[in-house]
Amino acid sequence: MAKLAAFVLTLLALPLGLSAAEPAAGEPEGAAPVHWEDWHAGNNVADIESLQRGARNFMNYCIGCHSLKYMRYQRMGDDLDIPTADLNADLVAPGSTNLDYILTSMPAADAANWFGKTPPDLSLIARSRSPDYIYRFLKTFYADPSRPTRSDNLAYPSTAMPAVLSDLEGVKAAVLGPTKAFDHFQTLSPGNLSAEQFDGFVRDTVNFLDYVGDPAQVERRSIGLWVVLFLLLLSAFAWALKKEYWKDVH
Amino acid sequence: MTPDAANKNSYRAPARGLWGWINQRLPVDTFWRSQLSEYYAPKNFNIWYFFGSLALLVLVLQLVTGIFLTMFYKVGAATSFDSVEFIMREVRYGWLIRYMHSAGASAFFIVVYLHMYRALLYGSYKAPRELLWLFGMIIYLALMAEAFLGYVLPWGNMSFWAATVIINLFGTIPGIGPGLVEWIRGDYGIADATLNRFFSLHVVAVPLVLLLLVALHLIALHEVGSNNPDGVEIEDKKDARGRPLDGIPFHPYYTVKDIVGVCVFLVLLAIVVFFIPTFGDLFLEKANFEPANPLSTPDPISPSWYFTPYYAILRAVPDQRIGALLMLIAVVSFFFLPWLDRSPVKSMRYRGWISRTFLGLFTISFLGLMYLGLQPAQEPYVTMARIFAVPYFAYFWLMPFYSRIDSVKPVPERVTFHG
Repeated sequence: MAKLAAFVLTLLALPLGLSAAEPAAGEPEGAAPVHWEDWHAGNNVADIESLQRGARNFMNYCIGCHSLKYMRYQRMGDDLDIPTADLNADLVAPGSTNLDYILTSMPAADAANWFGKTPPDLSLIARSRSPDYIYRFLKTFYADPSRPTRSDNLAYPSTAMPAVLSDLEGVKAAVLGPTKAFDHFQTLSPGNLSAEQFDGFVRDTVNFLDYVGDPAQVERRSIGLWVVLFLLLLSAFAWALKKEYWKDVH
Repeated sequence: MTPDAANKNSYRAPARGLWGWINQRLPVDTFWRSQLSEYYAPKNFNIWYFFGSLALLVLVLQLVTGIFLTMFYKVGAATSFDSVEFIMREVRYGWLIRYMHSAGASAFFIVVYLHMYRALLYGSYKAPRELLWLFGMIIYLALMAEAFLGYVLPWGNMSFWAATVIINLFGTIPGIGPGLVEWIRGDYGIADATLNRFFSLHVVAVPLVLLLLVALHLIALHEVGSNNPDGVEIEDKKDARGRPLDGIPFHPYYTVKDIVGVCVFLVLLAIVVFFIPTFGDLFLEKANFEPANPLSTPDPISPSWYFTPYYAILRAVPDQRIGALLMLIAVVSFFFLPWLDRSPVKSMRYRGWISRTFLGLFTISFLGLMYLGLQPAQEPYVTMARIFAVPYFAYFWLMPFYSRIDSVKPVPERVTFHG
């Protein structure tokens, strides 16, 4: 499944300008400490191309388990400038139409059985957590053979979610410092994407989830600019009117 | 100096035409003149005097946006959260209506707190404006109820837990407490029945009470007239025609001035609504973008920013019953101000350093408690809340003493225009 997804991703990535992946080089011993708590997603919801790539990433990697139950395919297509034909051909899940909500086909009861809890709906994850949190979460999976999923996460310890992006990122171990606290990552096996490419992949995905959390936000800001400018102009006129009336008050 | 429009002797209500027909049956012209065009307000109002009309504006804004939200909102534990997201995503400009309503709630408290602070600065609660102040304070209580009830309606996780905490406070009342809590909730926990009755109270009962109270507040205001930054009664000095020398007709002078305030306020509101609707977790909390979940407690549980001064006092006391009582006293203390204040002058401009110091400390403690109530219930915040609560209560309950012994400056005969 993961291999198939990677293949589909590579096919989809070609026209979008992603070059063939370079394996990431392993970090040398004694690498500098990684302060993942300070990482920022640095995403931009006005970047339509990034959102398109994020939507592609979601449909390839996330929808297997996670829904966007408040989001319709067609709304996403309209907002992200994706023609309906392309939407139907590449993004709409089998069994759904472009007018449906974006739902996973994994039955909730089975999912709860397999993972210990039903994977959460991600429509509002960027709002209930934050884009930065999702970014840190997706970038801090590490190998942990003691866990049922063979992996754990720094941003969300003991997460039920497996490291589903490891074929892209590679598998990394968490190296502890002298105080037994996390110090840095060590690559155990490289993935299909370079560190920069994987960073871009995560950023696009986070960006897409940020958009899904509040799909009107780009439109909101562009309308807001005109509203504020109009109200400033109105304020100036109101001030002039007040001055005129108050001339004779001493 | 005084405008011709205010010349009462030359005015006759229209006797002919449709307007005359209406006026013979409904006192539209008479009302307009007595309440606006010939209602005299002091001419030295400063920036603090914008917030009354702004509070009225926000009330209308909340009513209108609320009506539109109610067209799409579906009350019920199974439907509320989904319907709010439906409004945010599938209703045309639903996001605009919802953000205006959520930002409007916070804006309401900002303008009301500034409106109240103006009364503390200039002694506007003192005789003959005690009833005006009491009506205002009841409006403030009704507004707190309205805001709390509305906060529960989106049925987010913070809605659920805030309701749990606040309603449990009634359980601290000796004897009837536990039964009362159950009666309010309509269930053994915050549940669908609670949500339904809160919806009814939020959209029908409390708004009706608010409108009635606002009417009483305005009637009382127009009976006694506005105070002003000098605390001088303008009715004491009149011209030959009986018009206050320091007064100007509310319309057109203060209508055109208030329009400036409205425009500036709307600029600020638009910046929040269109660019920072969550206002850094203060106007819309992250935890409220998760549906209500009785099994998962948000950490920390904190009420909206406008309640946190009182919440900080509640948490500062180890005993819940005493904490709830102190919180109640913290709110209710405002009611007694007209009788606690024994100063011979109204305005801070003519009061001495003791009154100014107490008001300054009160201001710092109120804002400090507001900050502390947003922090987790742990040290050093709890101890700091205890320290900040002292000047808060001292401002009110030492006032009968310090306001009497404090030195005062001579109050001018007429209003002044200095800053």
